[in-house]
Amino acid sequence: MKALDVIQRANANAFRSKLRTTLTALAIVIGAFALTLTNALGAGVNSFMADTVATVGVDDVLTVTPLDESAPAGDGPTVYDPDRATLSGGGMGAMGSALALTAADLDTIAAVPGVLDVSPLRIPSVDFVQADGSQPFEVSLGVTMPGMHVELAAGDNLDFATDEPQVVLPVSYVEPLGFASPADAVGAVVDLGLTDATGTSVTQPVTVVGIAEPSLLGSAGAIPNPALTDALVDLAAVGRDPGAPTVFAAAFATYDPGAGPTATEDLQSALAAEGFDAMTVDDQLGMFTSVIDTIVFVLSAFAAIALIAASIGIVNTLFMAVQERTREVGLMKAMGLSSAKVFALFSVEAAVIGLLGSVVGVLAAMGTGAAISSALSGSLLADLPGLNLFVFDPVTVLAVVLGVMAVAFLAGTLPALRAAKADPISSLRYE
Amino acid sequence: MSPALISVRDLHKTYGSGAGEFHALRGIDLDIHTGESLAIVGKSGSGKSTLMHLLALLDRPTSGSITLHGTETSGLGARELNRTRNAEFGFVFQQFFLNAQNTVLDNVTMPLTIAGVPARERKARGLAALRQLGIEDKAGNKANDLSGGQKQRVVISRALINRPSVIFADEPTGNLDSNTGATVESILFDLNRTQGITLVVVTHDEDLAARCDRAVTIADGLIVPATTQEVAA
Repeated sequence: MKALDVIQRANANAFRSKLRTTLTALAIVIGAFALTLTNALGAGVNSFMADTVATVGVDDVLTVTPLDESAPAGDGPTVYDPDRATLSGGGMGAMGSALALTAADLDTIAAVPGVLDVSPLRIPSVDFVQADGSQPFEVSLGVTMPGMHVELAAGDNLDFATDEPQVVLPVSYVEPLGFASPADAVGAVVDLGLTDATGTSVTQPVTVVGIAEPSLLGSAGAIPNPALTDALVDLAAVGRDPGAPTVFAAAFATYDPGAGPTATEDLQSALAAEGFDAMTVDDQLGMFTSVIDTIVFVLSAFAAIALIAASIGIVNTLFMAVQERTREVGLMKAMGLSSAKVFALFSVEAAVIGLLGSVVGVLAAMGTGAAISSALSGSLLADLPGLNLFVFDPVTVLAVVLGVMAVAFLAGTLPALRAAKADPISSLRYE
Repeated sequence: MSPALISVRDLHKTYGSGAGEFHALRGIDLDIHTGESLAIVGKSGSGKSTLMHLLALLDRPTSGSITLHGTETSGLGARELNRTRNAEFGFVFQQFFLNAQNTVLDNVTMPLTIAGVPARERKARGLAALRQLGIEDKAGNKANDLSGGQKQRVVISRALINRPSVIFADEPTGNLDSNTGATVESILFDLNRTQGITLVVVTHDEDLAARCDRAVTIADGLIVPATTQEVAA
C-alpha cells in the first residue's frame, strides 16, 4: 500500500463513525482553542510592549539608580546610614524615602567607560495646567528620556535642543482646556503653575507642540522638553537654601547599544561595581514581560492538560475502531498488508483526528480573539489604540496544529500497535 | 507429471504446549498441481482449516516443509510472505469479509491497493474483474447493499483481481442458498477450467467436493487414505 493510499484510507476511516470522531475531536478542539488563545494573548501583549519601546525610540539609555545593597540582604529593617543621600517626598519618593543620586554620583557615572553622557532625572513638581480662559487642571509631569519619541495624536515631538519651553499634553486634556480638537491645541500656549520654595504660586508659559496618544509608557502626564524642565527647576528653586545639596532620584546614561549585548552587560556590571543599578528600557519592560510570560505559561499548562485528556480520548476511540475492524484488518493482512502499514493506517487516523480538532480549535480561537478584540476596542481598551490584544503568529498557530497532531499520533500508537500485532487467522475467526 | 505447485511434506502443527498441547496436524503429505481443483474435506476440528491456513502461508507449521513453485517457504521472511500471499493467492471466505461501508470497487481492488498499484490501473482492473462476474453495474454501490450472491461474486472478483495462481476457498457456498451456491460453484470451476487457476476448496459439502478433480479427507490431523483416490471429474 502506498503512503498516499494509507493517508486516504486513514482519512476515510476517521469519518466512518462520524459522531464518535466528532466527540473525540471536540476534546482536542477545546485544548487547541485554549492553547492558541493564550499564546495569542501573550504575543499580543508582549508585542504591544515591544512596539511601545520602539515608538519611544530610546534604546541607548540606561536608567541609573543607586543600588540598594541592603535591601535584598535581610528581612529586618535597614540600619540608618547618615551619609547616604535620600530623597524625601515628591516625585519618585512617593513610596517613602528612596535612595538618591548626588552631583558627585553623576560624575562617577560619567567616568565609567562606555557611558557617553549623563543627565539627571528631574521631575519638577507642577500644580496645574491652565489654558487661556479655562479652569486650572491638576497635572503631573511625565518622565522625559533623552531622545524619546511619543506616539502623537497631533503635532510634533519635543525639540530637545531648543531653548524654547515645550510640552506634549495627553489627549485627555484637550477638551477640558477648551480646545476643539488635538490639532487645535497644537501651537497654543498654556500656563503651568507651581509653588516655589518660598510658597509663592508662580506660572510658566509653555508652547504645546504635540498631543500624546495614550499608551502604557508616558501616559502619566504632560511631557516637558529639557528647556521647560530647566525653566521649571529654576522657578521652583527661587528662595531655596543655596547650601542644600541637589539630589536626583535617577539619572539617564547614554551608551552605545551597537557595541552588542555583552558590552551592555559589562557596562551594567561596571556601574553595579560603583554602586549603581543600571537598567535598559528592555530590562524595565522585561519585568512586565516576564509576568505576562508566566501567566501565559500557566494558562498554556492548563491547555496542555486538556490536550492530554483529549489524547486519552483518542486512545479510547481508536481502541474501539481497532476492535470494530478486527476482521477487516485480518483480511488485509491475509491479502499481504504488512504490519507496518496496519500500524500506519491507525496512527495516521489518530493524526487526522488531531488535525481536525486542532484546525477547528485554532480557527475558533482566531474568531473568538477577533470578536473579543472588537468588543473591547470600543470600551475597555479604547484608551490604548495601539494595543492588539491577540496576535496570531502563523508560526505559533502552525506549531499548535503540528504539536496537537504529534500528540494525537503518539496517542494512536497504542491502539495501532495492537492492530499491527493482530494475527490474521484469529482476526478472521473473530465474530 | 508437472512438478507440484504446492508440495507439502510431513507437516505438523501443534497448538499450545505441555498438558494443553493439541496436535492439529500430525504429518500431512500432499502435492497440489497447477490447474487442478482440490477439495479438502473433513469434520469440524479435523484440521482441514489449519491445513488451508498453512497452505495459504497465513500461519507457520510447527515442523515439516511447504514448497511453493519449488521454493521452501519456511525460509521466507514476513515481507516475502506478505508479497507472496498478495501476488500468488486469492481468498474466498464463507463470511464474505467485505467492508460494508466501502464501495464494491474499493473492496474488489483491495489486493491491488495493498500491492501499491496506481489508482487508475486499480480502477480499470477492478471494473474488468467485476465485468467478468457480471456485476460491473454494482461497482459504485456500497458493499452492504448487495444480496448474498452478489456479495460472493464481489469476493470472487477480489480473489481474481491480482491474477493469482491459487484461489483458496473456505466454505465458499456455506452462507448461500442452494441456487446461488450452485452459481458461485460454477463460477469457481469455470475460472479453474478456463484460466487455469488452481482451486483449493475447504468444505464439508460432499457435492461440492465431488465436483473437484480430487478430494482429500482430513481426520484427526491426518489424511484418510481411503479417499485419496482420484475422484472422477
